[in-house]
Amino acid sequence: MLTLRANHRLGDFHLKLDVNVPSRGITALFGRSGAGKSSVVNLLAGLLRPDEGYVRIGDTVLFDSATGLSVPPEHRRLGYVFQEGRLFPHLSVRGNLLFGHRRIAPEQRRIGSDEVIGLLDIAPLLERRPRDLSGGEKQRVAIGRALLANPKLLLMDEPLASLDAARKNEIVPFIEKLRNSFGIPIVYVTHDLGEIVRLADRVVLMSNGAAVFTGSIEELVSRLDMAEIMDHPEAEAVIAGHVADHDDEFGLTRLALPGAELRVRRMALPPGAGVRVRIRARDVAIALDAPTRISVLNVLPVRIAEIVDRREQCLLRLTVSETPPASIWAGITARSRHDLGLDTGNRVYALIKAVAVDGSSGGAEAEPTQATAIR
Amino acid sequence: MLPLTDLEAEAIRLSLRVAFWSVACSLPFGVGTAFLLARARFPGKSLLDGLVHLPLVIPPVVVGYILLLLLGRRGPIGGWLHDYLGITVIFTWQGAALAAAVMGFPLMVRAMRLSLEAVDRRLEQAARTLGAGRFDTFRSVTLPLMAPGILTGLVLAFARSLGEFGATITFVSNIPGQTRTIPVAIYTLTQTPDGDAAALRLCIIAVILSLIALVASEWLARRLHARLGN
Repeated sequence: MLTLRANHRLGDFHLKLDVNVPSRGITALFGRSGAGKSSVVNLLAGLLRPDEGYVRIGDTVLFDSATGLSVPPEHRRLGYVFQEGRLFPHLSVRGNLLFGHRRIAPEQRRIGSDEVIGLLDIAPLLERRPRDLSGGEKQRVAIGRALLANPKLLLMDEPLASLDAARKNEIVPFIEKLRNSFGIPIVYVTHDLGEIVRLADRVVLMSNGAAVFTGSIEELVSRLDMAEIMDHPEAEAVIAGHVADHDDEFGLTRLALPGAELRVRRMALPPGAGVRVRIRARDVAIALDAPTRISVLNVLPVRIAEIVDRREQCLLRLTVSETPPASIWAGITARSRHDLGLDTGNRVYALIKAVAVDGSSGGAEAEPTQATAIR
Repeated sequence: MLPLTDLEAEAIRLSLRVAFWSVACSLPFGVGTAFLLARARFPGKSLLDGLVHLPLVIPPVVVGYILLLLLGRRGPIGGWLHDYLGITVIFTWQGAALAAAVMGFPLMVRAMRLSLEAVDRRLEQAARTLGAGRFDTFRSVTLPLMAPGILTGLVLAFARSLGEFGATITFVSNIPGQTRTIPVAIYTLTQTPDGDAAALRLCIIAVILSLIALVASEWLARRLHARLGN
């Protein structure tokens, strides 16, 4: 377990935390900028000393204001991947990579440089200087440098935020590989829901210096009260499932979700591979009767669990499956709601016009993300 | 130019020796003071800051005279040095180096402090998370990053030492082979009948020496900057 309690004032900002999460897999720290995400990571790394608090990772207490214990950063053995990379400009890529590696006892070097260089695909860069690297290359080297220090936990502070979409797609598979091949727990700071859906095993939602939610991403997105905090005005559902089979004749993949099946564009994933689908509220339409003779492939029988009126817009939470719980959102006009006479408890049909699928959640050597829209 | 005369050769050798040792010995103190001024918080910091910069603004003769009072054989420091360690600095080339070091110190500290302030502390944090302790971080990250400033400080102090006159002549006088550096030698020649030509020759030598130092430092600085990726 990773236990973090802290009370800290930084000018007007008040950090008040009490977080307990398993220290395995990827824990995402999510929230808008200024919510205190980076402060949490700095607390863990020992770069920020709280006025009072307690930090423990596994059996190791790193900070305890009650006993005055504060392990200095260099003895915490936490790898830190900074948003801006922070490569040492006076060292070559090789010098950067080995900076932490050289500073640990040889018997503790579980992760070797050849392994990391191969994994991150940075062999051709070794003799270069950081200034001669692209943004994506810098971040890969920064990840390698943190990894080679053989950390007990990897902290990643928005490692993709400074990169454009193409560079992001270049890095994400490496982070997935980290999780899958080294088994190092990762605390991952981000304000991008897409990165969480793709990578995170659990989410801690931060708001105004406090952790307001801890749990799975599926749970988080089903809670409308969190939408405001997430700064994510558009309601969206995330459901975990797996690849059932492929329909090669029409180039489709069938996904099995709790209580439902979805057909999406052919994915390069083997049957059984874990996936997460994201369905936006505005891509879901409602029909009272089972529609026939329409082009929409994915039609699910659902029950209206909740109706939220938002001025001329209406948001319906639709239960797809009771156990395990899975629901999606549908955004319709108030006019449609009135015309159809919709109410809580009604059984209706959800017409899903587009689905985005993120592959490989928990899966082994999976192919990069596929965003698939099927109409 | 014709071969150097004995007087010239001696003055050049002495000047270089004085300048080298003054800079070499003040280097660690320079880095330490720059660090204190740039990073540390302690009472009396502005006093230290003022003290370090004092030689820049007061007449060199005054600096030389203060050194003479402090380090003369009957001075509070000089007396102790003489009685217990048998060291005398006045009227020796070591004394000349000390005078040059004091005069060059503010220039050295200033350049180093500026470069230290420009070092990105987030890089130092990164080094800490990678297992480097405070001193290790200073040695392996901070020092290399402030290297251009250290170089600039060294060159400025070196050039200042080559040209030091007022404090030197006041503190350690004008002794051939001991304290008669190039500027002192030039001064002596101008006071001698028929010394003009010799003085001019030494002036040219002084200019050439300074130019070499400047060009060499420019070249080094460019290499350092290239290494640091600027």
